[in-house]
Amino acid sequence: MSWVASIIVIVMLAAAVAVLLLKDFLSALAALAVVSLALSVLFVILRAPDVAMTEAAVGAGLGSLLFALAIRRMGLARGHKPEDRP
Amino acid sequence: MRRAASLLFLLGLALLLAAIYRHLGPNAANVGQLIDARAPTEVGAANIVTSVVLAYRGLDTLVELSILFTAATAVGLVLGREPAATSDRDAGFILRAGADLFFPLLLVVGIYIVLHGHLTPGGGFQGGVILACAFFVPLLARPGRRLDQRWASLIEGLAGASFIVIGLLALVGGEAFLTPLLGKGGMGSLFSAGSLPLLYTAVGLKVGAELAGVLARLAAQQPVA
Repeated sequence: MSWVASIIVIVMLAAAVAVLLLKDFLSALAALAVVSLALSVLFVILRAPDVAMTEAAVGAGLGSLLFALAIRRMGLARGHKPEDRP
Repeated sequence: MRRAASLLFLLGLALLLAAIYRHLGPNAANVGQLIDARAPTEVGAANIVTSVVLAYRGLDTLVELSILFTAATAVGLVLGREPAATSDRDAGFILRAGADLFFPLLLVVGIYIVLHGHLTPGGGFQGGVILACAFFVPLLARPGRRLDQRWASLIEGLAGASFIVIGLLALVGGEAFLTPLLGKGGMGSLFSAGSLPLLYTAVGLKVGAELAGVLARLAAQQPVA
């Protein structure tokens, strides 16, 4: 079971570094959701299904949705650049 | 004046921390094992986490709900009224068909997780978030539609009030605030653990209505030019 956990940890670390390095905001947001999703799988392995459910629903789902809506509102998403707008 | 105020604040904080430290005492580490041993017979919920969240720590959950309420109110205050019309067109075919497909599915999953909070992992908060997402998916597909904010706030207020009323009903019987009422029932059956399923239903409705309102408000915002 421990090799599954180590794979998940490596995925989490890679996604977390990707959040820092990616230039596009939506891509960075997707990487952030990967961190949360991998963390929720880790919680299941640690036998904390309640926390895993909260992490998946709030961390990966709702949090990403709020970030995406905020990015859209700020006009930072690709295709919403100020010079593209009529 | 400000320095005196911050000194007073520090003094109060120190007093609070000292009181917490005194109250915790040396036995704080054993609480988990004690609850593990006593919760099944005392509360009767198959999911021990729920018996902690709603029975032993019900007041904390109430404060958590009020924090969420404050945050949602602040979002409403900052974002203000929704604009009357939106310039966004409907989404493409795949997203529209997916939204029609997912709405009932998410609704059922959310209700299931809320109602089975005392039996299986999950509960009001997790199910409430799923319900909020269920009501947001159709808005994503058809931006012209509106979530009825009056209904959302009505459901939210009624659910929050019923949580407090259930807590106060325990006082009538001479018990402490939010003590589980009604019979314990057979452990593992749907109607068990006394009033905990009712409390979780209230929590789920409140969280769902609140977050759906926040998401709808945020989605109605137009990008800044």
